[in-house]
Amino acid sequence: MSEAAFFIDYSRCIGCEACVNACAECDTHRGTSMIHLETIERRDSVQTAPQICMHCEDPICAQVCPADAIKKTPDGVVQSSLKPRCIGCSNCVLSCPFGVPKYLSSIDQMMKCDMCYDRSSVGKKPMCATVCPSGALTYTSMEEIQRTRQGIPINSWRFGKEEVKTKVYVMVPREVERVEIGLVQINATPLALPNDPYDVALMLEEM
Amino acid sequence: MNDQETCTACKQDKKWRDDFPIEWEGDNYVSRREMVKFLTLGSLFLAVANWLMAFAPRFLRRGSHNRQLLGLSDDLRRNGSALFRYPTAKDLCIAVRTSEGKLVAYSQVCTHLSCAVIYDKTEQSLFCPCHNGRFNLEQGAPIAGPPTRPLPRIRLEESDGRIYVTEREA
Repeated sequence: MSEAAFFIDYSRCIGCEACVNACAECDTHRGTSMIHLETIERRDSVQTAPQICMHCEDPICAQVCPADAIKKTPDGVVQSSLKPRCIGCSNCVLSCPFGVPKYLSSIDQMMKCDMCYDRSSVGKKPMCATVCPSGALTYTSMEEIQRTRQGIPINSWRFGKEEVKTKVYVMVPREVERVEIGLVQINATPLALPNDPYDVALMLEEM
Repeated sequence: MNDQETCTACKQDKKWRDDFPIEWEGDNYVSRREMVKFLTLGSLFLAVANWLMAFAPRFLRRGSHNRQLLGLSDDLRRNGSALFRYPTAKDLCIAVRTSEGKLVAYSQVCTHLSCAVIYDKTEQSLFCPCHNGRFNLEQGAPIAGPPTRPLPRIRLEESDGRIYVTEREA
């Protein structure tokens, strides 16, 4: 049996927030939850999706860190910022394509999901994966996930022209090979942007 | 927006990246040069510190030197003792007039485990009741029991019927 890996199946999320609360109980960042529970198309749906750190093979958060505070362990887990080094500049927060790092102003430091390194480094499941009732967050072997799920796990992403490989897998339909995410021109004016019916700011204006 | 080409170029390892690696092992790696530097400077520091420790006492004036009035000579009879505090209110001391009339004073703190020593009139010595330690009156040297170091001596001065305390020896 191969080494255990982390699998996210967004479609299975039921929004119970068990992972959010379990995350806050992890010993490496006690009291602070590192999971983002995103709402998808909030106007029409109650669908949610959990976002943990994807642990990129070439972590852009560490690349942009001016203080050399974010480190990747030999097993590929990208750690939270090192307390003595982090200067709270939030470069990582802005650069992460998955929106994972959190800047905590109370301690002037960035913290992020470290896959419960105290647990996963000794073969235990991360906290969130132990509590997820629907299997949206699963920490298991590749064989097991292929045997029990209909979709396939992939870890290849494309943001505009930037290709990203991650340690964490996401479950997608069988025909998908890579998650393609188009980027919006950053210097475009709001009028030139495509009208997004799920833009929260627009929703508030309509009210 | 970066082109594909420029982006691959910008991702190439830069020289400064060697000093600030993203990988955990690289960050914790200590090169031979760094270690030799540490050992050399560390030994140098230890050597200097040792010499300083060895010679510091010669340059530092030790003990306390302010003169204080202790009391009247008549109040301290032969073969009697009096307690006082010198140089601060936390430093207990004991003054003894021996049966020959000689005036001596020592710190009252036993050099074994810091109990208070008392004057033993019959034995004519300073006695520590905690562990039966004894110090002689002449030098404050330990003569019985567990103490191995002498009591610090306090110098007294007698003039015009008054006793002054002048100095505490370390």
